[in-house]
Amino acid sequence: MSIVLRRIDERLIHGQVVIGWGHQLRPDCFVLVDDQLADSDWEKQLYELAAGGSEVIFTSVADARDRLAEWGTSDRRVILLTRDIGTMRRLAEGGSLSGEEVNLGGVHHGPGRKELLPYLYVTQEDREGLRTIAAEGVELSARDLPDAHRVSLSTLLKD
Amino acid sequence: MSKSVRGVVVAHGPMARAMVDAVRKIAGDAADGLHPLSNDGKSPIQLRADLDQALGDGPVILFVDLQAGSCGVAALSSCRDSARRVVVSGVNLPMLLDFVFHRELPIDELAERAIDHGRDAIRQPLVQR
Repeated sequence: MSIVLRRIDERLIHGQVVIGWGHQLRPDCFVLVDDQLADSDWEKQLYELAAGGSEVIFTSVADARDRLAEWGTSDRRVILLTRDIGTMRRLAEGGSLSGEEVNLGGVHHGPGRKELLPYLYVTQEDREGLRTIAAEGVELSARDLPDAHRVSLSTLLKD
Repeated sequence: MSKSVRGVVVAHGPMARAMVDAVRKIAGDAADGLHPLSNDGKSPIQLRADLDQALGDGPVILFVDLQAGSCGVAALSSCRDSARRVVVSGVNLPMLLDFVFHRELPIDELAERAIDHGRDAIRQPLVQR
């Protein structure tokens, strides 16, 4: 199989991902790409508990870039998550995700963020990051759950 | 009463508020020992901040709906290195009703009791096993 979902979601592993997407995609493994998390044993333990028994791989951006091909051709079904747009942008640099889809799942209200959707708030820097990811050949769209309406990047950034 | 264990219900959407309201309907002022907290529209940082504010200094059981969820992660995170905070997942109404009437018990005993009552309430009436 391969990477069945690439998603930006600041909650990383949570109910929508484990149950909403997980029920449909049946992942064997979650890959959490985050430089800070990869160095925090305490946070790793939390997310392993949240995964409900599924394997969780914690990795830095640099390591993930080296392993994308491995996960893409794996027999296992992988859900790859970053908790912010900047991390996904770094992962996509150089066309490493060209031709792939990335799902915008949840970035909530915070300082300097403006609402695009009820579950998606972005800063100006985030907007530029999304455009950069798209320029790397990635198809971006927002959808919090599999059955929800898919909103394209062009619609999200039309203003 | 000041040493009694408090309960914080942390759940998705309106569930926490609805559960605490239901406890109040049934048990009256005993529900004062419970505080509801929703994750709705909150970033992990905001949820954790709201949780820390709700917890205070005394002993607290955090009742969460799903361990595998943002509520569970935030609750576990807030209990780090604190024996005065305990997380119980899979919250249900019978569990909370028992809790509000036994808040004077030691927190570990109370958590174990809550789990037993919550689990025992799940059954199929009229069916012999």
